[in-house]
Amino acid sequence: MSADTTQNPITQNTITIDGQEIPFVAGQTIMDAALAAGVYIPHLCHKPGLTPHGSCKLCVVDIASRSVSSHNSDRRVQAKFQVVADSRSVSACTMPAVAGQQISNNTPALNEVRKTITQMLFIEGNHICPSCEKCGDCTLQAMAYHLGMLDGHFPQFLQRRAVDASHPTVMLDRDRCILCELCVRASREVDGKNVFAIAGRGINAHLIVNSASGKLVDSDLETSDMAAHICPVGAILIKEHGYEVPIGRRTFDLHQVGEIGSEEIILTKVRHADE
Amino acid sequence: MSKIRIATTSLAGCFGCHMSFLDMDERLVALLEHVEFNRSPLTDIKHCGPCDIGLIEGGVCNAENVHVLREFRDNCKILIAVGACAINGGVPAMRNHFSLRECLEEVYINGAGVENPQIPNDVELPLLLDKVHPIHEVVRVDYYLPGCPPSADAFLKILGDLLEGREPVLPHNLLHYD
Amino acid sequence: MRNVSVTDSNTANTIGVLRSAIAEACAESPHLLHVLHALQQQFLHISDEAVREVAAHLDLPLSQVDAVNEFYSFFHKTPRGRYDILFSNCTSCGYMAGGVDLMAMLGRRLDIVAGNTRSDGLVSMDQTSCIGMCDHGAALLVNGMPITRLDDSRIDRIAALVEAEAPLEDWPPEWFQVDDNIRVSGLLLKDDLTVGIGLRKMLELDVADTLSEIIQSGLRGRGGAGFSTGMKWQFCREAQGAAHYVVCNADEGEPGTFKDRVILHSHADSLFEGMTVCAFAVGAKQGYLYLRGEYRYLLPHLQSVLARRRELALLGVDILGQPGFSFDIDIVVGAGAYICGEESALIESLEGKRGIPRVRPPFPVTHGYRGQPTVVNNVETFIAAAHIVLRGSAWFRAEGTEKSAGSKILSISGDCATPGIYEYPFGVTIRQVLDDCGAKNAQAVQVGGPSGTLIDSAEFDRRLGFDDLSTGGSLMVFGQARDLLAVIVNFAHFFAHESCGFCTPCRVGTALLKNGLGKIAGGHGTRYDLDEMQHIATLVKCRSHCGLGQTAANPILDGLQRFPQTFEQRLVHHDFEPHFDLDAALEEARQISRRDDAAAHIE
Repeated sequence: MSADTTQNPITQNTITIDGQEIPFVAGQTIMDAALAAGVYIPHLCHKPGLTPHGSCKLCVVDIASRSVSSHNSDRRVQAKFQVVADSRSVSACTMPAVAGQQISNNTPALNEVRKTITQMLFIEGNHICPSCEKCGDCTLQAMAYHLGMLDGHFPQFLQRRAVDASHPTVMLDRDRCILCELCVRASREVDGKNVFAIAGRGINAHLIVNSASGKLVDSDLETSDMAAHICPVGAILIKEHGYEVPIGRRTFDLHQVGEIGSEEIILTKVRHADE
Repeated sequence: MSKIRIATTSLAGCFGCHMSFLDMDERLVALLEHVEFNRSPLTDIKHCGPCDIGLIEGGVCNAENVHVLREFRDNCKILIAVGACAINGGVPAMRNHFSLRECLEEVYINGAGVENPQIPNDVELPLLLDKVHPIHEVVRVDYYLPGCPPSADAFLKILGDLLEGREPVLPHNLLHYD
Repeated sequence: MRNVSVTDSNTANTIGVLRSAIAEACAESPHLLHVLHALQQQFLHISDEAVREVAAHLDLPLSQVDAVNEFYSFFHKTPRGRYDILFSNCTSCGYMAGGVDLMAMLGRRLDIVAGNTRSDGLVSMDQTSCIGMCDHGAALLVNGMPITRLDDSRIDRIAALVEAEAPLEDWPPEWFQVDDNIRVSGLLLKDDLTVGIGLRKMLELDVADTLSEIIQSGLRGRGGAGFSTGMKWQFCREAQGAAHYVVCNADEGEPGTFKDRVILHSHADSLFEGMTVCAFAVGAKQGYLYLRGEYRYLLPHLQSVLARRRELALLGVDILGQPGFSFDIDIVVGAGAYICGEESALIESLEGKRGIPRVRPPFPVTHGYRGQPTVVNNVETFIAAAHIVLRGSAWFRAEGTEKSAGSKILSISGDCATPGIYEYPFGVTIRQVLDDCGAKNAQAVQVGGPSGTLIDSAEFDRRLGFDDLSTGGSLMVFGQARDLLAVIVNFAHFFAHESCGFCTPCRVGTALLKNGLGKIAGGHGTRYDLDEMQHIATLVKCRSHCGLGQTAANPILDGLQRFPQTFEQRLVHHDFEPHFDLDAALEEARQISRRDDAAAHIE
């Protein structure tokens, strides 16, 4: 529970990611330290400045254990997605950096895990890229490219989810929602409002709007809110601006999701300030 | 050396993938030195014979799609899902938001300008499935070539790899879903 | 115009009734779960209007009330029947436990389909996760009250009483009887503590001595995780905070577990004594008992025990005349969500939110209820603590093993002669337990419930304890006649139903596992599908956010390892089987086109 401070002094205040030593300051998570050092750890539900969430699980990394506990010899773990022996799986975005952590990140095994999680997100919703305004600016799609995803692999869940087009300038298409709660947090933490929330349980979890009618038009969402722009997929869109930037010239037509600093590009892209 | 035999079809698709295939332009001539086409809209052969490679465009939306897809799977050593619709249903799958009855009533009963409204029920017409599905939910699929459509370069890359006996891979710049 | 004014006055009337119901509920307790429960009771559902009124009255975001309303199984957005019948679907006390589908039987008698409310509004029927009556045969809840020992004649009589609209008070009282069924008593169940005796002993010690006794006793959390109780208390005590809290986790949701039901029923004083000891040790003024909604029927009893303890100065201000030692306990009742047994999800629920497990660290001992240092312990842990304070750590250590001191109270159910409560010293073998409960020819035992370990008969000499087979107390026996695949499918449904939906691997993975196992059990699975189960199960286990996801795949992984034939014998031996029923997918089109010719079907 408490940090092991009896490490070799050389490794004080550094962690090691895929063999690369990375400095950190107290209070940083593994993700914070990695991003600051220009090391990309895939993520969808994380955005610097908002409270880390740890729900999408794209940022899973393995931390080598210092002592082998009995749990790690679990016989059941033997298939292709296993945690590397004698290590534990954590979310980089929520796990505090602790001096001496030996972290695996950009490994074929972890990227396979991430690809499978991305496929889960695709088949759970209804992600029809060719018909989506966000195509090319979508972080989920870019993540799938990054991980070399060719197909959804699993059977589609074919869930029917409601569209809310009631708001004059903002559109909500729940088919594409990946439940990352970036909008929930942005509204609460940055906009000082409380426009979005998640309701329901398990596979029935869904985004709801905090208004008497449950409709966006009756909420206090404004176009200038961060929550209106932060959606990494095409679930929350600004109306009437969808095709100002042509397909082929969009963020991820020009950039890789793994480029550090791409967060800036994604956000400003929707506001057409990048081109 | 005998030529590699390829069959192609479009199920619930728009033939856009086929059009993109033809975007190979003059490179098609070089390709045809190594391959020949069996069942395909390009040859008008109606049934698939034994083939090395089957290219399937489009998802599965009706009974006929199922039969055609099964014929391809039975006859093709390698089956490739080509394009967004074959891979996850694509644009035709947008009807999955609605019940089949809602769709048919909208088109054949309530649609603007409909005369003599009735839902067709001729036995010649293939019945629609209640949902549109990607092809890998109906048959085993060997490879996936995403894109709406996949570019001619992507077709050439995957076929080139297969012709040379390599595991087909797609470079990142050819991987896109739109 | 007239119609409009009638509608207006109706609306005003409805809102007036809602508001007074909300005010009345709040007078009892303003806890959101309590208020929503009261509305569900009175109006048989919680309408959008009710959600708005509750939000306004409690000054909460509408979305929070809405989200909570949708999260918990016992709240409904559409009306339930005046008789709301919920069959347990557990393998031990579920509607299939006797081999006959009792829910379908009642459905036929009452002309109702599971999941629905009858059009006359008289009755609704559905299934629910294990209700903790596993030693009582098939069981159901009617308006929250458990009826056990179901069989076809009882189902007939229930149907008749419902149709006659007989009030529950007039139903045969013996149907509602819940026995303790204590078969083997050990350290904790042998002698009940004299009320207050532990507290008096504790006050002779000081805080440091009390803590040191608990630490030295080797007591570890009885929920299954096994963290040192004394260390937890000490960490909590040392943590800075405006207030410290003691929380008892009585959200006994693990299928096959019912020992807390018995403790709450017959040893509530010891439990509250243990919580009070903890409050003394960590410096808490307020405690909460989080009682699972399925045990709501125990609430009056527990309230009366609390009231008596207040009268005896065992709770309240200056307990037993000790100046400054003040502590009281409130009870918060859950509403049907297994995930709230996870301590941080429980705390979220205590705070009136959805039960979503928090990011850890920080842990509850430093940042728990309302962000303050909080001890969350299992019911059994608290009664053990009460006994230890009285009798000393050596007394406790004298039983059990080096790493697992003391005893463990087991809930034993399934294919055995005498299901019930068995208390053993840690280190007891499964074989001994099976002998004692009359389980002959067991083929497998599920130790620790679905989230635990499925073992086969070659492993019956393994021992209960934190270093071998850890268990929160559930032990389900499966005889040779059991279809283990059906058991594993049942567990997969359970986890998919109970996943909170927070993290991707568990939310999507448990649904994929449920569907994939259904395909295999239905005779449509291939070797490919079975391999897929292994891959998905491993990912769910290794990459999920909390204990639910990390254990949800255990039955599948254990089953694949120990009982591969139970899966393999259902496989079809060809290359591929479609993921959906092609012919059934044409049914809607057949109906619309009124066709049934050969081309209207797919083989």
